[in-house]
Amino acid sequence: MAGAATPEHAALLERFVAALVTKGVVSEAQIADQIARTSRASPETGARMVARAWTDPAYRALMLADGSAAAEAMGVSMAGMPPLGVLEDTPAVHHVVVCTLCSCYPRAVLGYPPGWFKSSSYRARMVREPRAVLAEWGTVLADGVALRVVDSTADYRWMVLPERPAGTEGWDAARLAAIVTRDALVGVALPRA
Amino acid sequence: MSDFAAGQRVRVKADFPETRGPCHIRTPHYLRGRTGVVERALGRFANPEDLAFARPAPRRALYHVRFDQPALWQEGAVGDAVVAELFEHWLEPAGTAGRLEPAGTAGRLEPSGTAGRLEPTGTAGRLETI
Repeated sequence: MAGAATPEHAALLERFVAALVTKGVVSEAQIADQIARTSRASPETGARMVARAWTDPAYRALMLADGSAAAEAMGVSMAGMPPLGVLEDTPAVHHVVVCTLCSCYPRAVLGYPPGWFKSSSYRARMVREPRAVLAEWGTVLADGVALRVVDSTADYRWMVLPERPAGTEGWDAARLAAIVTRDALVGVALPRA
Repeated sequence: MSDFAAGQRVRVKADFPETRGPCHIRTPHYLRGRTGVVERALGRFANPEDLAFARPAPRRALYHVRFDQPALWQEGAVGDAVVAELFEHWLEPAGTAGRLEPAGTAGRLEPSGTAGRLEPTGTAGRLETI
């Protein structure tokens, strides 16, 4: 997808869409709706899910059992979206997400992936030297914490449920959600109080 | 096709259909020939290797499989792991014999050029007809 669209690309796309509409595969309205839905999605959704999981044990259990249902419970339409899997960090294990084959990303709950997530260097290095890559974010795991790199190679999309940091006792869900960044939701950063 | 259970040791086929013609593969090169452990079954999904060519795509079991990080790269921290989604037709039971081999080194130690002699996966024959 590198480089700007040329007039030839634009013309090709226009004809391609026209052919799909003519054949009844998709309508202009459906395309517009999908673009609008994707544009509305943002990491704030994922952050609200994490904050609720930190404060509501029943929701946490739902999120780990069925991420798609947990997203729906927050008002996100998952119709037609790939199933969402949630990776639970513990005091012994931290997760980080990469897609070595392309750039699969849980768009329904995180929005568009950042450029670095799609870069060849992130995709190659995160499976090979993940701790070195994390260190470049300033993310250093505590002693005794194992790292699990989840390579998103097929039908699921994955987000991380990080550990609630110390020093957030008594915070409500809105305040907690504010410390759950986009980067924390794929595991390259950790939430900080 | 085998059903794999959580905790079972499996080997990813050391196959390279790319050498036989146009194809679409969802099994990363760096895992082929490597031994891992099934974490859990993820459900059944239309085989992307057929979907990519608009062929009828039977649903295949998809598994989350964990691989020890140091065995993959001969570097890294003990206890770290890579977990990937792999379809059933790329996996074979590693059995107890696998424990006698250094984990994950089989693919790396073979001379290049042997891939052609390896058993093709089920998709290969159909790919060649394209």
